[in-house]
Amino acid sequence: MDLINIFIKGVFIENMIFAYFLGMCSYLAVSKTVKTAVGLGFAVIFVLGVTIPVNWLLENYILKDGALAWLGAEYAQYDLSFLSFIMFIAVIASIVQLVEMIVEKYAPALYGALGIFLPLIAVNCAILGGALFMQDRQYSTIGEATVFGIGSGVGWLLAIVAIAAIREKIRYSNVPGPLKGLGITFIITGLMGIAFMSFSGIDL
Amino acid sequence: MNSIEKLMRKFEPDHDGKWAKFHPVWDGFFTILFTPGETTQKGAHIRDGVDLKRTMMMVIIALIPCLLFGIYNTGHWHYIATGETTAYMDMFGAKVGYGLMKVLPLVIVSYGVGLGVEFIFAIKNQHSIQEGFLVSGMLIPLIVPADVPLWMLAIAVIFAVVIGKEVFGGTGMNIINVALTARAFLFFGYPTKMSGNDVWMSGISDVAKRPDGYTGATPLGDLASFASDEWVYESVDKFSDKWSLMDSIFGFIPGSVGETSMIAIGIGALILLGTGIASWRIMLSFVIGGLAMGYLFNATAVNPFMELNPIHQIALGGFAFGAVFMITDPVTAAQTNTGKYIYGFLAGFFAILVRVFNPAFPEGVMMAILFFNILAPLIDHYVVQANIKRRLKRLKTKTA
Repeated sequence: MDLINIFIKGVFIENMIFAYFLGMCSYLAVSKTVKTAVGLGFAVIFVLGVTIPVNWLLENYILKDGALAWLGAEYAQYDLSFLSFIMFIAVIASIVQLVEMIVEKYAPALYGALGIFLPLIAVNCAILGGALFMQDRQYSTIGEATVFGIGSGVGWLLAIVAIAAIREKIRYSNVPGPLKGLGITFIITGLMGIAFMSFSGIDL
Repeated sequence: MNSIEKLMRKFEPDHDGKWAKFHPVWDGFFTILFTPGETTQKGAHIRDGVDLKRTMMMVIIALIPCLLFGIYNTGHWHYIATGETTAYMDMFGAKVGYGLMKVLPLVIVSYGVGLGVEFIFAIKNQHSIQEGFLVSGMLIPLIVPADVPLWMLAIAVIFAVVIGKEVFGGTGMNIINVALTARAFLFFGYPTKMSGNDVWMSGISDVAKRPDGYTGATPLGDLASFASDEWVYESVDKFSDKWSLMDSIFGFIPGSVGETSMIAIGIGALILLGTGIASWRIMLSFVIGGLAMGYLFNATAVNPFMELNPIHQIALGGFAFGAVFMITDPVTAAQTNTGKYIYGFLAGFFAILVRVFNPAFPEGVMMAILFFNILAPLIDHYVVQANIKRRLKRLKTKTA
């Protein structure tokens, strides 16, 4: 039951985009068509679902205060948490490289469509944000951390796919000149944020 | 009729005269009474007396029963809260008078501000006035509590018309319902005036002055207390004794101005369905979705809120009003027929879900509809894609 709660929280209530506005750069840039948005969304789910458990292991067995106790009693006093940013980023960057190679091999069309944004996932705030939330919320098992990662990814996918469909729909709308493109996208994001607020405050 | 037309023609600004800029304003009023004489010259088109303005007028006619009952109900709860009467038909004149005093300003402000913004945009862009606000302007007063301060309403209307509609290019281009945008803006901007237990009985904000048994909460507000530790009623049966299903059907419950009476809403629904303006697919699937969630909650009840009879559940709060006037908005709803079933069902499902699970928003139906407004294009996209895939497959089997 706890796992389901964490999942639903990640998708709706603490949505990466609409509750924290994390990962906005690729969210705004790759949401022109639904197809590429779905591709990037699944890439984010995959990366979050893999990096967060790996980072959880790092956090709990190396970085946290006293985490090194498994090496022997004399290591229990070390606190390596000052290294967490650089360690998390390194893990994320290497896993993104892996994803990039897999996508290039098996879905070259998607690889072409995603272009520069796949490597950019490495510095996507949603990914690092997920790792830091995981550290901050202190999930007790690796299962919880994985579910949190996948849930956040699904929430991000939902957000980017929804806005991509809206942007396809308003392509022929008579949007005032200065607002065309990114301007109207920001406004839509804000309105979607209002709509997502109907879930805020649900206490699972 | 002729003399009216002549009179209006007299005021028509010349296209190159001094007042030429205001031609759209004149045109806006003129076309309320008369259909323009121009017809399409080329291409296939249907000859029909109905245009966008006539459609909008029909929705407004459908809203009139709700408005009239809302006026009475506002007065009704005011006099109950002051303790002067408890009977339904007592002091009819006084109640209607009080209701008019409260509700008419809301309508006037909503229309005045909203149409003002529309006029400014029309004059600036030199296009004719767009009719979209005619309906929104009537919906907005009906989905707010009667006591909401007029300046808040004005700000909400400006926000809704400019950010919700005009930046997308005006009527027919908006992605979320304008009236719901206004309500959401009020809801999150000024929660103390839009929710809680003190706003629903007009004119009496001091709970202590009310007679026993009337805390000022709506039935849904009372129900939401089941999620906390302080239950207002011992069980859901006690709740149903206080707020019976009949009360909801007639509409003698506190709530937003126009959303309480099933009968008034039902008349509106008949008008909309009879004229084919609202989609029966969406309306039906929305109600089915709500009932489905209600029965699901019945089966898994962990608190008395979930034990409520699903019929009673959907008769409370804004669900019926949302089903008839909000979810069916042809601009923001799903456009494909299959999509309409999915859209309506999920929206009804989530409407009851949010209401029960989110103690902060017992009146959460409108929020759920707003949420599905933004998902409607996605539903449409996948319905269309599935259709393309199916037809491609058929083509392949034929040629193979």
